[in-house]
Parts: sequence; C-alpha cells; structure tokens
Amino acid sequence: MKRALERHLNILEFTLASLLRRKAKNLSLLAMYLLVIFILASLQFFVTALKREAAIILSDAPDMVVQRLVAGRQDLVPARYAAEIANIRGVTAVRPRLWGYYYDALNGANYTIIANDDPAIGPERVSIGAGVAKARNLAVGDLLPLISYDKAPVMLEISTIFPSNSDLIAADMIIISPGDFRQLFNFPSGQATDLAVMVRNPKELPTVAAKIAGQFPDSRPILKNEIQRTYQSIFDWRGGMTLIILASALFSFIIFAWDKAAGLSAEERKEIGILKSIGWETSDVLLLKFWEGAVISLTAFLVGTVLAYGHVFFLSAPLFAQALKGWSVVYPRFQLVPVVDVYQLAVLFFLTVVPYTTATIIPCWRAATIDPDAAMRY
Amino acid sequence: MIELSGITKSFNSGKPNQFTAVDNVTLTVNNQQITVFKGPSGSGKTSLLSMIGCMARPTSGRIFLHGVAAAVPFQQEGVDSVEITSLPERFLNQIRRSTFGFIFQQFNLVKGISVLENVMLPAYPTGEGQALFRARALALLEQFNIARLAGQRVELLSGGELQRVAIARALINNPSIIIADEPTAHLDSKLSQEFMAIVGRLKGEGKSVLIASHDPIVFDSPLIDALVEMRDGAVVASRSSR
Repeated sequence: MKRALERHLNILEFTLASLLRRKAKNLSLLAMYLLVIFILASLQFFVTALKREAAIILSDAPDMVVQRLVAGRQDLVPARYAAEIANIRGVTAVRPRLWGYYYDALNGANYTIIANDDPAIGPERVSIGAGVAKARNLAVGDLLPLISYDKAPVMLEISTIFPSNSDLIAADMIIISPGDFRQLFNFPSGQATDLAVMVRNPKELPTVAAKIAGQFPDSRPILKNEIQRTYQSIFDWRGGMTLIILASALFSFIIFAWDKAAGLSAEERKEIGILKSIGWETSDVLLLKFWEGAVISLTAFLVGTVLAYGHVFFLSAPLFAQALKGWSVVYPRFQLVPVVDVYQLAVLFFLTVVPYTTATIIPCWRAATIDPDAAMRY
Repeated sequence: MIELSGITKSFNSGKPNQFTAVDNVTLTVNNQQITVFKGPSGSGKTSLLSMIGCMARPTSGRIFLHGVAAAVPFQQEGVDSVEITSLPERFLNQIRRSTFGFIFQQFNLVKGISVLENVMLPAYPTGEGQALFRARALALLEQFNIARLAGQRVELLSGGELQRVAIARALINNPSIIIADEPTAHLDSKLSQEFMAIVGRLKGEGKSVLIASHDPIVFDSPLIDALVEMRDGAVVASRSSR
C-alpha cells in the first residue's frame, strides 16, 4: 500500500517536472481551459443564484392572481369580481391590484408602476427603485415628473428609494397612490388590473381556481407555483441562450485541447520509449500521462470555479449580467447570495475534466505499448 | 551467470521480408565479469543484449539467469536460477528494473529535466521512498564527479558528462548486471578510455558488465574478461581472457 502510494507520488512529481518543460504549450492550454471553465461556471452560478433569488421573492407573492381575458387578451377586472371571489369557501382575502408599465421617452426605459394604498405613499408622493433613481439621477425629496395619458405633467415627490438588496424585483419599480395611478393612466374607477387572491389551504388552490373559472368564464386564475415555474423557465431559457452562444467557444476549445492533448510529438514518443527501456511499465507511462492531463484539467477546473465564484458572488457577474438579468435599460444592481448546485458542478466536471484527461491518455496507449527494446535502436 | 540456449530472434516471421537477427546462439556469460560482444553493424549484438536484458523475447530458445535470484521478487526459495523467456510481461519488467542497468548508444537521457531527475528516473515507478533514491542518486553523481551538475539540464552537458549521467542512471536501482550498447560510439578516444576505466571499477564492485561494441578501445581493453564475436546473427568466435 505504502509502495503504491509512493509510486503515485513519485510519478506525480515527475509529471510536474515534465509539465514545466513545455511551459508555453501547457500554460496556453491551461489559460484556454481556465477561461472556458470560468465562463461556464459563472453562467451556472449566476443562473442558479438568480433562480433561487426569484423563488425567495415569489414566496411573498399571492397564492393566486386572477386576470380577465377579452378576445384572448388581458383586460381590466371589474372590482365586483373581488367581492364575489371573497365569498368562495377557503378564500381568505382578495385584493384588487392596479399596475402597469410606463415608457420613459427621456432614456428609453420601461418602468413598472404599481398603485399602493399604503398611507406612507400619499397623494403626489412616490417610492422608486434604485434603477429608476439612477436612470433619472434622483434622490429622496426630489420631484419625479411623469407624463400622463393626455401629455400633462404629473409631479410626484420621492419619499423612498428602495434599497439595492430588493433590486432584482424593484429596480424598475415606481409605487404611487391609487388616485395618482388612475389620474396618470385615465384608469377607470371600479376596475383593477388583476386580483390577488389568498387561500387558507394551498391544497385547495386548484379547486378554488376551478370555482373561479366556473363562476367567471372570462377569468384566468394563475396559481403561484405556475408563476414560479415561469420564472424558472425564463432563467433557464436565458441561461440556455447564453450557453448556445458560448457553445461555439467551447467547441473551439475542445478542438484545440484535443489537438494539443492528443497529438504526441516525435520527442514525446521517444521519451516514452526511453522510459520503457529503463524499466517503466506500460501502466507507469499511462499513469504519468493520466497525471499530466489531470493536473492541467483539475487546476483549470478548480481555479476557474473559484474565479467564477468571485466573479458572480463578489463582483455581481459584470461580464454577462446584462444578458441574463433581463432588463433592457434599467439593470438591477444587487449582491447575489452564494448558492452552489453541486449536481451541476459535477456535470461540468465530468464534461470537462474527464474528456480532457481521457484525450491525454488514449494516444499514449499505443506509444506506451511499444517494445522497450525500440529505445535501443534510436 | 547468464545461460543462453539456442536463442533465435526473427522479425516478420512467415512473411516474405522475414529477417533473422540472432540465429541459434548458445552461450554462457559469467557473473562479475566484463563480456564484450564484438561485430559489425547488423551482426545481432543489440538484439541479443535486448533479449538478455528482458526487453524483448526470443523467437525460440531459453535464457536462464543464475545467481541473481535475490533480485527477483517472485523467485521460489532455494532455487537460484530463473528462466526469463517464458515469464509474463509484468515479471520481465520487475527483473529488468531490479537486475539490469542500461547504457544506450545515444545515452537516451530525457531533455528538459535536470541531471538529478534523469538519474532518478528508473527509480520513480519502483515505489521506493524518494528520499532514499535521491540520496543514492546524489552519491552516484558524487562518485562520477558530476555532483556540481545535479541541477543542470542535460542538454547543456558535454559528451563525457552525458555519458557519466547515463552510467549513474543505469546504477540507480543497484542492478547486478550492466548492459551497454555501443557506449563509446559517440565518444573520442580519451572519453572512451575513461568509460572503460569506470566499467573496470564497476566490475570491481561485483557487477557483471555486458558491452556490445566494435570499438577497439573496448574489445582490446585489458579489463575485459570475455569476448564474443558475432556475424550475421551467429557467434563466430568466443574466448575468455581468464
């Protein structure tokens, strides 16, 4: 056992000395490899953390949202629906919601405007997300000018700017009073954008939804888990799109790595012959080549993963956050909570380290099985 | 003692280009002696030495190693000889590693690594602790007056220094038999004589030395104990100086 361990250690040490001999080749390979691992691991960390973030935020969402459809499109919901839905057994609360989008022609951004009857947000007062504040260069106490449906300016005083830890959801958000909302958009009274429904027992949600759909044939109840699923799919889709773009880079790397790892130079072949002639077995040579591949790929994997961790969780992924977060003008700025999906990391390991190490060993097999006396004839 | 019985080595057997490198050689090589195999290129010297050194198998015939049983890990107790031609590859490797040290015509040192690493190379896969064989390698470099070159890369060495590194490497696993194939082919007369002096010292330490050479400095040396002349794969003359 001790001898076997010593054999590994000795061959590993020789591997390191051997790798240093071809510094330029191995360092360029390591750099390429590291870059690919870094990008893939960053992407993976980022998407996983975003999905988790979205799931946490959506946990405060209503159990069900009821919309109304007209000609297959979402339309306003009459407020009377709320009173009737509240009477359904199992429903604990129904809240009509007023919200919409506001296009800011000044900088091309779209804001989400929500009406809230919280007394803290009184008439002519507004709370805004950090993204809006940055886009319009505003501070608490400043006036936010918005243009109403009839092109008249509506001046609102900023009472709060949401902290950046709520940026994922609130970066582009503007919260105003229901009165200001209706004035801004000429929103008809007695109508709501949709209804937020709370249900006592989550297991009853499908039943309650079916009752609502039966009672109001033009309604569309959307369950909380459906919203969560949609968010997950959106981030998966964004991650997938980015992955497809990166795939070309990945394939280039694979071709490059295969060429570098699989091609045995005449000098390497001769060395293998020398090793065989001085008493190395085929398995010793293969072990040497295995360690050569493993040292490069493991170093690239570990360093690339650690750099990706820093890039995503300490620097908030500046390299491709804009492609993944999803806002076009107003980007959220927030610190992601570190979360690592071990399964996905293992997949990345098996898709990168294992093929490379194998690519290093296979071409050596033939060279390593030559008769040792071949070296006598060089 | 090494005993060869009817050794034949053919390449491309059964094909039109079949070639017999060694033809029915029967020979005895004594322990702790210098035996030189003399003959022109293509006479079968290298092929014969590679079969003795467990690097290749004969097409027919048998090779026995007598008196080297201690170095053969699987040898039965009380039996002092081993027949190597029928052994599996793994055992041949073990014998090659523990019993033989090789000095090649081109020295066959690995470029890019240090002199010390080159000398230690045959010991890496043995599973011996590195501290032990490193100390042994340094002692060998000291013995051949090249300890100052231990950290230097081999491509920067002169011919004589390369040769001494190759000899030190052949001795790292403390083999009882040294096989040298045309060791003076790339050396001038002075270095060739220096090589023979080293070989004489090795014999004095109890090693058997087998040399394939057509260099008069080697086969006319007063240090050698036996001379085997070969031509066309066969032994044409054999004489012992003792």
